[in-house]
Amino acid sequence: FIHKCLLYATLQDEEEAVETGTGWEEWSQGKALVRPPDQMELTEAELKEDITRILTANNPHAPQNIVRYSVKERSYKPINVVDQMAVHCVLEGSLVHQDSEEARKLRVKEDFALLYIYDFDLHYKYLFVGFPQVNPIVDGGDVEEAADEDRPDSAVSRINKKEPKVTNQFNFSNRASQTLNNPMRDRICQTEPPPRSSFSATANQWEIYDAYVQELQKQEKNKEKQKGMHSQKDNGKSKKVMLMETQSEDVTKWTMASKILERTISQNTFDDIAQDFKYFEDASDEFREQEGTLLPLWKFQYDKAKTLSVTALCWNNKYQDLFAVGLGSYNFSRQGCGMLLFYSLKNPAFPEYIYPTSSGVMCLDIHAQHSHLVAVGFYDGCVAVYSLKEEGQEPVYKSTAKTGKHTDPVWQVRWQSDDMDNNHNFYSVSSDGRVVSWTLVKNELVFTDIIRLTLNGAVSEGTEGAQGGVSSGTSFDSHKQIDYMFLVGTEEGKIHKCSKTYSSQFLETYDAHSMAVDTVKWNYFHPKVFVSCSSDWTVKIWDHTINTPMFVFDLQAAVGDVAWSPYSSTVFAAVTTDGTVHVFDLSVNKYEAICQQLVVDKKKTKLTHVEFNPIHPVIIVGDDRGYVTSFKLSPNLRKKPKPTKTINIPKSGLAKLANVLYLPIVRVSIK
Amino acid sequence: MAEVEETLKRIQGQKGVQGIIVANSEGIPIKSTLDNSSTVQYAGLIHQLVMKARSTIRDIDPQNDLTFMRVRSKKNEIMIAPGESICWELLLNEFHSPKMKRCYSS
Repeated sequence: FIHKCLLYATLQDEEEAVETGTGWEEWSQGKALVRPPDQMELTEAELKEDITRILTANNPHAPQNIVRYSVKERSYKPINVVDQMAVHCVLEGSLVHQDSEEARKLRVKEDFALLYIYDFDLHYKYLFVGFPQVNPIVDGGDVEEAADEDRPDSAVSRINKKEPKVTNQFNFSNRASQTLNNPMRDRICQTEPPPRSSFSATANQWEIYDAYVQELQKQEKNKEKQKGMHSQKDNGKSKKVMLMETQSEDVTKWTMASKILERTISQNTFDDIAQDFKYFEDASDEFREQEGTLLPLWKFQYDKAKTLSVTALCWNNKYQDLFAVGLGSYNFSRQGCGMLLFYSLKNPAFPEYIYPTSSGVMCLDIHAQHSHLVAVGFYDGCVAVYSLKEEGQEPVYKSTAKTGKHTDPVWQVRWQSDDMDNNHNFYSVSSDGRVVSWTLVKNELVFTDIIRLTLNGAVSEGTEGAQGGVSSGTSFDSHKQIDYMFLVGTEEGKIHKCSKTYSSQFLETYDAHSMAVDTVKWNYFHPKVFVSCSSDWTVKIWDHTINTPMFVFDLQAAVGDVAWSPYSSTVFAAVTTDGTVHVFDLSVNKYEAICQQLVVDKKKTKLTHVEFNPIHPVIIVGDDRGYVTSFKLSPNLRKKPKPTKTINIPKSGLAKLANVLYLPIVRVSIK
Repeated sequence: MAEVEETLKRIQGQKGVQGIIVANSEGIPIKSTLDNSSTVQYAGLIHQLVMKARSTIRDIDPQNDLTFMRVRSKKNEIMIAPGESICWELLLNEFHSPKMKRCYSS
């Protein structure tokens, strides 16, 4: 490739003109003639002389006399033709022919700029290989780009990622060098392992259930708290409450578990008794036609009650293994404190509940429906209501001198059905001759005198003392079915049938006994029959429409208490001060007791009260030593009326008694 | 608490009672009337038994719970009264009848 270029040389001297065309005379002469000071001086003739210049294509530097050795002729021969090419400038280009292999590759890469160069005959195109713009390391310039390809160890090898480097086949040399490898060093750091604890749990059905229950409780507590937050802003209190709860929860759990334990110990200790209670039936009863026996079961005693006598007994209707014992003293001169105890048959060793009282307990009654309420009458004339649900040893309600307490010992209390305002109320009878109705209104005990007993007849509250002395009521019972009717027994031995609505008069008076009437009790089945007992050694059975007793039993000793049985209308039991329990069954034997059993030491202890258990064939007997003994009734004593298809049990009981009753009255003496 | 103490004394005074152990819900004895090694041994062993028994009962019916357990062996009897967070154990020896009693309440 020969550049045709024109060289320009300054013409300084004509004589020094070089053949290779050094200047343009015409050009220099075109301008104004400037005569330099050191120009050669020539004459005019010399100036006009023509000098011929010839332009040839000969290279002035080319040698003219090259001689080469010819091996054929073995001599040096001059070469005529000498290459006249003079290379002025060499530029290496990066044009690639469009059809060449490399062009195709580059086309694929699309890494080029096309430059169309037409040849003279307009056929060829030449690819001008441009450099890609991607690589910033490249400084630019075609030369470098092209050179890049030659340098195999260049840092830039972006083009050749996909294909192996096209190396220059002429002067490529692979030079490798190794950098300095730093020595490897291990550096270890160990942290303290987090504290671990292994946790295992089971996911049983009940655990899931517990979780749900707890969740529910939490939700409920939250609801309560939300409600409470509006009213109370005292957060400290709630925290305290929480603490107390947890503490008290523990305590309650302890007590529960300990109670259970105590009971089981008792079960073990008194195992045979428990077995007897449940399963023993006196087989010999088959041989004894009519008579029965009492099998002694548990004996209940409390240390601190040793000096007191049992003054009242009552079974709990709801929990039939629980009964209440009132302790006091019948001795007029020796009056001390009293006690209210609750025992369970399941734990005879120790009472369930203990309430010491300041005055002797004379009577008690457990409410039929709300069996946590216990009405108690004291020797000092007070009445009180205890609630078993409450902690503490004080009664929930207590009457005082201001609120109408009796002035004499209270001999009997009885719960009545709730009044119209749904307040609980009970009646009490006392030696001061008053029958008082007490109503539990909120926190108070409100009293109402129902009737005042006098020797000659009843007197209402208004008239005072007009008709003689006051008669002392010693016993009381309200009718089971007829709500307004009740009986009062007096110290004079009379029994008055009264009505709640008529406060001025008795409905009827019976001359029952010669001494104080200790107990009157209506029959559970027969609405007309009641029994009464007295210290005049007799037990009498009455029909309230008839003035004279139906049956009279002489028991040879002062009768302390009499009780009807809840399972049969004709069976009742009586206890006497000589320590004997008499059980009568009128359908079997109208004249004699079918069981007379000495249960305690005759000389020392006197029996004071007796009660039948509502469901079990068990009676409890209290004595004046503070003991309560339980007995199981043998089968002969438990004959129930047989229910036929048409008549249910109560009615048949009624029928049973009715059959017995309406026969001539006989006075019986029992030995 | 005083009631519980009293109950404990009464139980201890009953005929045939060897000892009482009160343990918490994890089987760690809190109170005991026996010597230390026996206490620890009993507490650990009985705890497992109670957990198993309780789990059985509650698996059958989650609303039910274990009230009481007696374990009678040839020589004695163990009575166990579990509570929610407490466990009482009572050991009984009875020389008269073949049943010896040991109460364990927890």
